[in-house]
Amino acid sequence: MNGAVVIDVRGLRKRFGAREVVRDLTLRVGRGEICGFLGANGSGKTTTIRMLCGLLTPDGGEGTCLGFDLLRQPLEIRRHVGYMTQRFSLYEDLTVAENLDFVARLYEIRDRRAALARVMAQMELEARSEQLAGTLSGGWKQRLALAACVLHEPRLLLLDEPTAGVDPKARREFWDLIHGMATRGLTVLVSTHYMDEAERCHRIVYLSQGRLVVDGTAEEVIRGAGLVTWNARGPGIEAAAQALRAAPGVESLAVFGAALHVSGTDEAALDAALAPWRGREDLAWARAEPTLEDVFIHLLDESERERPGAAP
Amino acid sequence: MLRKEFLQMRRDPFTIALTVGMPLIQLFLFGYAINADPKHLPTLVVGGDNSRYERTLLAALAHTRYFELAPDLVSEAEASRALDRGEAQFVLSLPTDFARAIDRGERPAILLEADGSDPTAIGNAVAALNALNATVLERDVPEWLRRDAAAPPPFEVRVQRRYNPEGITAYNIVPGLVGTILTFTMVVVTSLAVTRERERGTMENLLATPVRPLEVMLGKIVPYVLLGYVQTALILAVSVAVFGIPVRGSLLPLVVGLGFFIAANLAVGFAFSTIAANQLQAMQMAVFFILPSILLSGFMFPFRGMPGWAQALGEALPLTHMLRLVRGILLKGNGMLDVAPHLWPMVLFTLIVGVIAVRSYRETLD
Ligand SMILES: Nc1ncnc2c1ncn2[C@@H]1O[C@H](COP(=O)(O)OP(=O)(O)O)[C@@H](O)[C@H]1O
Ligand SMILES: [Mg+2]
Repeated sequence: MNGAVVIDVRGLRKRFGAREVVRDLTLRVGRGEICGFLGANGSGKTTTIRMLCGLLTPDGGEGTCLGFDLLRQPLEIRRHVGYMTQRFSLYEDLTVAENLDFVARLYEIRDRRAALARVMAQMELEARSEQLAGTLSGGWKQRLALAACVLHEPRLLLLDEPTAGVDPKARREFWDLIHGMATRGLTVLVSTHYMDEAERCHRIVYLSQGRLVVDGTAEEVIRGAGLVTWNARGPGIEAAAQALRAAPGVESLAVFGAALHVSGTDEAALDAALAPWRGREDLAWARAEPTLEDVFIHLLDESERERPGAAP
Repeated sequence: MLRKEFLQMRRDPFTIALTVGMPLIQLFLFGYAINADPKHLPTLVVGGDNSRYERTLLAALAHTRYFELAPDLVSEAEASRALDRGEAQFVLSLPTDFARAIDRGERPAILLEADGSDPTAIGNAVAALNALNATVLERDVPEWLRRDAAAPPPFEVRVQRRYNPEGITAYNIVPGLVGTILTFTMVVVTSLAVTRERERGTMENLLATPVRPLEVMLGKIVPYVLLGYVQTALILAVSVAVFGIPVRGSLLPLVVGLGFFIAANLAVGFAFSTIAANQLQAMQMAVFFILPSILLSGFMFPFRGMPGWAQALGEALPLTHMLRLVRGILLKGNGMLDVAPHLWPMVLFTLIVGVIAVRSYRETLD
């Protein structure tokens, strides 16, 4: 086994009926890396994660997870991977402690009491150990779910939209926990729709209709997209936004409070589109750095254009 | 609301197939299978003198079609054991001087011992024998015995209902209820076991752990085995206290048999629960199993009244064997050796169904 590579898969494919949901996916993730898994809804993130932990059998491709063969050693993989499902999947009618104890027994953890104590302290769940899981708030539910999937000290964490519907503070704390674990050598593959979370990843991969189309650090991804971005401020931004939204050359447009944010890959076309709005007094233009969000909206648009009829 | 329900129903063709197909299957099944007037009941003959009278009598009995006479004579002890074990429904004991006693006008008595643990099974057969009595030997007996039309028949019929001499229906129904109620609760409860995990989304988590299908199955089943024992104890206690059901055998074989029976039912429930896509389907499958169990096992209708194919189906069901076992122990005082033949069909059933269940338990979400 190559000690540094934790996920190493080539040409993964999965189809449901006639639909190819994951196509020719090749991915390598190194030890201690936090890899952000991005893509539109239905782009195949959950399906890929399920294949990585042996819950779905790939229709094609091969590879290893933690050095165990994806197709032949699913049980070994399960023993060393922690998988947090997209939907909360613990027992709402059991308490926090009971849920964790149950999971610990499934993994046949030797010193259950110690493992439970360690994880509850790490996730700060002690005060709620007797609370029914069903009565926890979203953020605490996610913490419990995370606790359940690190109990057996996995070497790889697969987190499927772990912070969907969780408030920003709880999200930040959740990510602090993840970073803490990655520092200690845990590898994490985490899917998310939040840009601030994507920025906290060491590396980002982007799926579009089951294909891996972007792979790199946040800066690399931003640079790779080749976007040109302009900011405008002033009272005229609402009118400009209305007019520019459908203009050729404008690929991403958003209004953030008092600022208008416009991006495109074709600099000349973008300039041409912006030209009529340049000289106006109620707008002050400035060149800006594209953000990760601009890049992803651009990627989303692109994938929708590739798929005729799918655009809203 | 109504519209939404119909829309949802349409999206679930398997459920529709079950709701339409099941009543049809059950209708044909029970329409042809159930018969409250059992014929061809196995009958052993003890004693006798192989006289002309005896041959005529036995031929006439066979002719009623209620009695299926064994070709060979057996000893009294063998006959008694066959009744205990339910292998024979009747034992007909003839005096060894049957013909001589008739010729002398002594009106000898013949004894029909019946397995009375199911009173409805024997009623018509006993009536047929009594009806026969007056005329069967008409042509065989000497002239002087025939002369007086008002004279009593040439021999006397005594009927003894073993195990339940007063023909109390509760003696039959209540021990049967032990098995029936257990079938109900055990199959229904476990058939929801895996489907509930699937619907709540907890299955995905379970599958992602290294737990094996057999462990899941045993883990789901064992708590209900205990529940089953508690239920049985409760039913038995009430049966004895309120209905005065006798407990003639020892309880050890009952406890053993119960274990096998509960396991068989839980295996069925678990199999349904791995096959069904949702809880509704699981419930329908459970009903699909419970109805034949009640109707074809001999609980509602005499087992021997059913045609051969229905009996074969009934023999496959655990409840059939459990009923025999419980009635055997409570009413007939059966011991371990007597009930052993009822155990292996349940074990076989559990094994087959268990293999199906574990096979159809998928370790992936595919
Ligand atoms: N079990 C399944 N059967 C059929 N289609 C499925 C199944 N699971 C997922 N899909 C389809 O595959 C596509 C990808 O789904 P998914 O991997 O869940 O995407 P994501 O997690 O990126 O939102 C979706 O269009 C979804 O409808
Ligand atoms: Mg998903």
